[in-house]
Amino acid sequence: MALVVAYVAGLLFALGLALGGMTQPAKVLGFLDVAGAWDPSLAFVMAGAVAVHALGYRLVARRRSPLFAASFALPTRTDLEPRLVGGGVLFGVGWGLSGYCPGPALTAASSGSLPAIVVAAAMLLGMLLFAARDAARSRGAAAPAPPGPLAGRDAPAAR
Amino acid sequence: MIEGFTPLASLAGGALIGFAASLLLLGDGKVAGISGIVGGLLSPQRGDVAWRALFLLGVASGGIAVRLLAPGALAVEVAQPLWLYVLAGLLVGYGTRLGYGCTSGHGVCGVSRLSKRSLVATASFMTAGFVTVYVVRHVLGVAP
Repeated sequence: MALVVAYVAGLLFALGLALGGMTQPAKVLGFLDVAGAWDPSLAFVMAGAVAVHALGYRLVARRRSPLFAASFALPTRTDLEPRLVGGGVLFGVGWGLSGYCPGPALTAASSGSLPAIVVAAAMLLGMLLFAARDAARSRGAAAPAPPGPLAGRDAPAAR
Repeated sequence: MIEGFTPLASLAGGALIGFAASLLLLGDGKVAGISGIVGGLLSPQRGDVAWRALFLLGVASGGIAVRLLAPGALAVEVAQPLWLYVLAGLLVGYGTRLGYGCTSGHGVCGVSRLSKRSLVATASFMTAGFVTVYVVRHVLGVAP
């Protein structure tokens, strides 16, 4: 049943994106183009989504557990770190260049749209590059510090 | 009169997105963040794969349904050169993983929870998006 819910949620999510106009890059870029012929539609998508989910989240959060899983998998971290800004900026530049963010890119790519297929494929490659960098970094952090005068207080801190 | 402005359809589409995110939380206890769901499939953990695959299958089914029922919703009016789509996709993929999320995970789910981290990430990618389009269209004068 959990898998049926996941499938239906994905389906409705994609239909919502299309209905909201987010699978048309021209509309997304029209929203980001404040100095041009500004199209505020995307703000209405965000407002509708946040209004419904803010309510939905509060109702669901009263439960001890989800309907078809043992527990909720919600983010618990509250600290701010530079990565949030750096990653957001890289993503925002790619978003502004193409008019596609991940959800619409995957939705439109599945429909056979060539630009979206290119964006989605490059996006997967970008994610794999990040995973490779992350794996390399955590291997480096896990490795024992080399012996010598640097070991100890001057050794680079494992993040 | 703003050309192409679709307040009602966009509000309804947004509400449907919010409903889908709430459904995934209620049923499976998961956050509907697209980049996170895909990223988790690229670095798979045992027991944490099937729901991601089914969610993405649902997204793909939605894309196919839209192609069959309302192909206009997939129009690409401002076609860019291919290399630009490649560069943009790489930035979107790497950036969303570095920044822990995208428009859905941070922008919808995180903002709905008033998560400080998501508010910072959302402000960052929105600002970068505004600045990028401004530079491309009004400084470089490339796109229409």
